[in-house]
Amino acid sequence: MTQPILELRNVRASYGSIEVLHGVNLSVGRGEVVALLGPNGAGKSTMIKVVSGLLRPTSGQLIVGGRDVTGAAANALARAGLCTIPEGRGIFPNLTVRENLLMATYSGHKLADIEESTYARFPRLSERRTQFAGTMSGGEQQMLSLARALATDPVILLLDELSMGLAPLIVAELYQQVAAIAAEGVSVLVVEQFARTVLGVADQAVLLAHGKVQVAGKASEIGEDVLAGAYLGS
Amino acid sequence: MQELLTFTIIGLSTGAIYAVVASGLVVTYTTSGIFNLAHGATGMLAAFTYWQLRFDWDLPAPLALFITLFVLCPIFGLVTERFVMRGLQGTSEVVRLSVTVALFAFMIGIANWIWPSDSSREAFTKFFEGNTVSIGGINISWHKLITFGCAILVAIVLRLLLYRTRMGVAMRAVVDDRALTELNGGRPDRVAMFAWALSAMLAGLAGILLAGEQQLNIEPLVLLVINAYAAAIIGRLKNLPMTFAGAAVLGLLDAYYLQFSDNSWFPQSILGFGISGMRASIPTIVLFIALIVRPQTRLRAGVVRIREQNKVPAWSTSIMGAVALIAIVVAISGMLTRSNTLLLLNGFTLAIVALSLVPLTGYAGQMSLAPLTFAGLGAIAMSKLPGDGNLFTLIIAVVIVALVGALVALPAIRLSGIYLALSTAAFAVLVTKLVFNQKQTFMSGNISVPILDVPFVEINSPRGRLILAAVAFSLLGLGVVAIRRSRLGRRLIALKDSPAAAATLGMSLTRTKLAAFAISAGIAACAGALAGDKVSPQQYDFTQSLPIVLLTVVGGVGTVGGALFGGLMLGGNSVLASVVPTLKNVTKILPGTIGVTLGRNPSGAANQIADAYRSLTNRWNLLAFAAAGGVVIWILDAQYVISHWAFFIGGVFWVLAVTPNLVGIMQAPRTRQIIASVYLGIGVIIAISIDWDNAVDSTGKRLIALVLLIALFGVGAQRIAENAPRIHRSSPDVIGLTTDFTDEELDRAERELGVVL
Repeated sequence: MTQPILELRNVRASYGSIEVLHGVNLSVGRGEVVALLGPNGAGKSTMIKVVSGLLRPTSGQLIVGGRDVTGAAANALARAGLCTIPEGRGIFPNLTVRENLLMATYSGHKLADIEESTYARFPRLSERRTQFAGTMSGGEQQMLSLARALATDPVILLLDELSMGLAPLIVAELYQQVAAIAAEGVSVLVVEQFARTVLGVADQAVLLAHGKVQVAGKASEIGEDVLAGAYLGS
Repeated sequence: MQELLTFTIIGLSTGAIYAVVASGLVVTYTTSGIFNLAHGATGMLAAFTYWQLRFDWDLPAPLALFITLFVLCPIFGLVTERFVMRGLQGTSEVVRLSVTVALFAFMIGIANWIWPSDSSREAFTKFFEGNTVSIGGINISWHKLITFGCAILVAIVLRLLLYRTRMGVAMRAVVDDRALTELNGGRPDRVAMFAWALSAMLAGLAGILLAGEQQLNIEPLVLLVINAYAAAIIGRLKNLPMTFAGAAVLGLLDAYYLQFSDNSWFPQSILGFGISGMRASIPTIVLFIALIVRPQTRLRAGVVRIREQNKVPAWSTSIMGAVALIAIVVAISGMLTRSNTLLLLNGFTLAIVALSLVPLTGYAGQMSLAPLTFAGLGAIAMSKLPGDGNLFTLIIAVVIVALVGALVALPAIRLSGIYLALSTAAFAVLVTKLVFNQKQTFMSGNISVPILDVPFVEINSPRGRLILAAVAFSLLGLGVVAIRRSRLGRRLIALKDSPAAAATLGMSLTRTKLAAFAISAGIAACAGALAGDKVSPQQYDFTQSLPIVLLTVVGGVGTVGGALFGGLMLGGNSVLASVVPTLKNVTKILPGTIGVTLGRNPSGAANQIADAYRSLTNRWNLLAFAAAGGVVIWILDAQYVISHWAFFIGGVFWVLAVTPNLVGIMQAPRTRQIIASVYLGIGVIIAISIDWDNAVDSTGKRLIALVLLIALFGVGAQRIAENAPRIHRSSPDVIGLTTDFTDEELDRAERELGVVL
């Protein structure tokens, strides 16, 4: 098997003196979509923070593309091609749509290219380019945050709770975009609390609970009983 | 008509300067959330620097301008951001504001030190002095034209920068979501440094332009910032066009007032009160109005996570502390010289003023920059009321000032955070200019406040007054403890922690805030009313309030001990200046220097030491070691191995630098443990082995050496020992889920919950 694009080796992470991740291992292969599942408080978002560089692990290693990048700054990882869409809406509400896209140019792409690709995919954003992003609907805001992932051609995409607070129809539409991104060969690590929305897209699934990986395997092999067990804590 | 036009142009050019200052203020506030009270002081330093280069060292103007504005100002901004402001993330507004107050005090100290006001100096001339152009029959100096040009240029450049460049957009993005900026690949730290550098340049530009018009004086240049605040508040601290409009209005008001007040029909007094201080008060009045008509900010839901925390004071320790304090003062007051007694008395008076901040700022989280103003009002009330200082007069005086305090709070009640702080500052400046300067209040420059008439005791010596002040502080301190432990105290804390949650519980935020202001004003009034001597309005000036607020926050504004620390530090500062005249300049910058370190330790110094001692309880081996060390130093002294001074310095070093570090060192990894221990050991050896009596010739210098030793070795050892990750392997909510409870844990849980089986 070829080397995984993203790997966590025995990572521990804590907020202050409270440890949240107690030694987590994870690997995402090239072009793979990995779903990270788990109940509230399992440590999913903490894991995304560690991978994106926002939270420095207390021990263990973070390896991206075969290089140990433990402790690298989030902005450096972002410029190296790691695109993170954080929990909630990954947009700047007090900047216009266009200015939001300008912020995506730190990835090294030209504003004109980013705009072109975004407006082609989401014509609705084109109508709103001078509007403050915070005044758009939740679905439009999430489109804008996904637009960064689509236009900047990342190596790895991290998605945290894309579905939060959105109507099921819009969630389905957004996940179609995620599938399109994955089809282009981008490796994706996607966090979801609602397992069923994501298992259709994912190749692998990892079940996290109490800060530890409980089950990892092919997405198609994770059954209802395993999920129910993990969520209900049996 | 001609005249009106002339004054319009004068007004607009003043407004142009305000606009440049205000825009710098807006730039840093929007990018870092820090309202920089020291912004005017930055402009002042830049103006002095320019004067130094241009007029003292005779550099050509363009070169001097380039060096000041494009080299020194940006460097100053970068350094400020990197070493002072960056540490302030996650601290409360009170701490952030205090740090800029510290910076303010620091810069004024530096300016006074390098450019003493008593030395005569070369004039600060305008650009192209003497050159004017005539437009429509009105002569306008080139300097004014340049000022206009600069303001327009700043407006255009800022607009382009903030909306057309990625750096500018990133500056706005950081405000929205710092983490997301990073995830986009932006570097928030660089953005902040750029913003502070830009802001310093704008302040510098305005300072130089204003100095050309008004000559080089520290005070007007520093207070320039009040005009800028008013303009920035009109722009709600983020809207630049509105800010520029506000600045223009302020400039025009000032010029028109100047024009009309020259007329014979213009009243010289209203209701017998002179209004000579009116012109200087215009910006303050505008600031006040702008704050009050400003739309109310919505309550933010959720708990505000704040780094500073204080424990509820226990009655036993509070009463013991109060008794001990009085006993110590009684004991040492007999040994002090008269002048030292007066200095210590001053320290205690300031401590009472600082105490007034504890319920208001410490408990309720409402920042006030006007504690001394209430003390001044208390002094006036005490001296004007009949009764010649009996206890009843004191009570009436305190009640009156408390009511004034509530009255002031009434319009300001809708405000919070920085807006509230500014409105109290506006109030303080107004009272200083319009009340304290009246012949009805401070008649001949000072008034005499009668000494409190305590039943059965005759107080007339400075020593008696010192003991009275210490008793008053102790009683008021116990009162503050009582408030903290009462229902009202819990309300005050709730107001700070989550106004939204408190409101949803049915608590009246308005009444709680009013109570906090009234109590605070009443305590401050005591400090003024107990002055028992001649007092002058300068003692209660707004600028004097700032160091008090600052040092109280440094000491720990959430505790009575912190207030004592703050007051005595400030008093001690003047002791230092009088004992060691060569260090007079150092004492000018000392409060500021201490304050800028707040970012590292937002709960205050008193709290930190108390915490270190608290962590020692139940560690018998370390306690025994600490006690043994003290005994050894004492034996060395008793056996005449070391002198009394070495005993004193060694002992204080042991108590303040070694003991608090013991736990930290124990928990550090092995190598750090050894390094820190050796380092501290060297400190102890230095402290007790120097021949203090002969090698150092004055008490003041010995005390300074002591402070330096503690700073160098105590804080140094702490830095070496920390960085050691101290992590509980499992969080509380995981115990019992992933692992079973042990018997010991169950026992402890039951004890904590008070369940007896």
